[in-house]
Amino acid sequence: MIDFVFFLEIIPVLLAGLPLTLQLTAASMGIGFLLALLLALAQQGNNRIVVWPIRAFVAVFRGTPLLVQIFLIYYGLGQFRPWLQSIGIWSLFREPYWCAIVALSLNEAAYGSEILRGAIKSVPRGLVEAATASGMSKLLTLRLIILPLALRQAIPNYSNEIILMVKGTSVASIITLMEVTGIAQDLISQTYRAVEVFVAAGALYLTLNFAIISALNALETRLTPYRARA
Amino acid sequence: MKIHRLAAVAAVLGMLGFGQTALAQDAPKAITIATEGAYAPWNFTTADGKLDGLEIELANDLCTRMKIKCAIIAQNWDGLIPSLQVGKFDLIMAGMFITPKRLETIDFTQPYAVDPGGFAVAKDSELGKLGLSAEKFNLGDEAASMAAIEKLKPMLKGKVVGAQSATMMLEFVKKYFGDTVEIREYKTTEQHDLDLAAGRIDALFAQQTALAATLSKPEFADYTLAGPGFVGGMFGLGTGAGLRKEDTKLKEMLNAAIDEAIADGTIKRISEKWVKTDVTPVK
Repeated sequence: MIDFVFFLEIIPVLLAGLPLTLQLTAASMGIGFLLALLLALAQQGNNRIVVWPIRAFVAVFRGTPLLVQIFLIYYGLGQFRPWLQSIGIWSLFREPYWCAIVALSLNEAAYGSEILRGAIKSVPRGLVEAATASGMSKLLTLRLIILPLALRQAIPNYSNEIILMVKGTSVASIITLMEVTGIAQDLISQTYRAVEVFVAAGALYLTLNFAIISALNALETRLTPYRARA
Repeated sequence: MKIHRLAAVAAVLGMLGFGQTALAQDAPKAITIATEGAYAPWNFTTADGKLDGLEIELANDLCTRMKIKCAIIAQNWDGLIPSLQVGKFDLIMAGMFITPKRLETIDFTQPYAVDPGGFAVAKDSELGKLGLSAEKFNLGDEAASMAAIEKLKPMLKGKVVGAQSATMMLEFVKKYFGDTVEIREYKTTEQHDLDLAAGRIDALFAQQTALAATLSKPEFADYTLAGPGFVGGMFGLGTGAGLRKEDTKLKEMLNAAIDEAIADGTIKRISEKWVKTDVTPVK
């Protein structure tokens, strides 16, 4: 049934979409992480005016499908062109590439901020008190005590996020970006061989995610050897 | 013991209907027809969720002629041919062109419509100022159609052109303008319409009747159909109903019904109602 020659033919075609998949993942994880860290730190204080809008943002982006978000950011904002032009950000939203990065980054910021918020809370209070008692400033405590421990704590959860993001980039094909899934759908429409094409695309994602998991496991083992998997 | 088993297997296979294919097929009593529901005015979904359009009306007319019960459902464009093959429905009527590539996988009835592909652009663009030409080029006639394409190329150089993925419209742009324009692929024509209105793309390539329907909406007041229409060649014989290769009886019935609908002017009447022009195929 399955035609191996056909597999060998389509794999290079699918690989052409890999740079875009990787770019979208890397850019969104990078921007998303920075935003998530800001949001998580801002929530450490108890200022309601700061905390409530963040909670609303997190609720909206965690509570709606990524497909809907990317669709609304691209096609939805496209209908407000005159207004976006007047405030000078249309050139950003004109391009599907940037729209995808905006959608994926905001999505990641919402999920990531919750992971980091929990990780920061998990840093033992005694350590922070000890740092204060020995005269460290708040910023120094954050930089030397809280963040290193919190980030180390967050690695297993964050590796989940990276893998979800690799797969999440597949929705970018709905806004005309031809990443791996977009190319796969194109191939299917040309050959009508959905099974072979999706198996090949799936194998590509699996390989990529396996590499990412291995790298993150190695990092985790290095940073927390006492917690390493047997 | 062994012989008994074989006999049992043979009996079961017989009951399951294997080996009957050699016999003449019975006429189906009821079929399910799939359309896309997002390709106005050919087929679309109304505000209250019903399917309507030229192909819906034609499908109902053909079913009445064939005296069979038809259910019409909507299905994503991408999934139409794969779903037909696995038997989720029996017939596709979704503005689908009969092309050699598709004929490798499925079969088609005779065409029930012939509708050229063309461009839609902003009125104040170079091509837009030229306006719609009544000329139609047959892509089978290499010399004439290539001359027309070469004339269009300088006007479209470097522009962003949208077309629906998995359609011959996209294949046309890739083949003839791939070296001249930047191509964007859309899942539905409604999406590329939105992007034309948003100014993200400079031109659309689609069936002229579908473009005319889009451009009649107020937000497209600054856009127009432009250049000549293209038919034949890679666009195949026209628009037909797709069905599984083994359903020969159904094909026979549909072809007879389409013949009748062409002969008594039904297709002309329906097409003038929905697409304002007569798309009846010429025999």
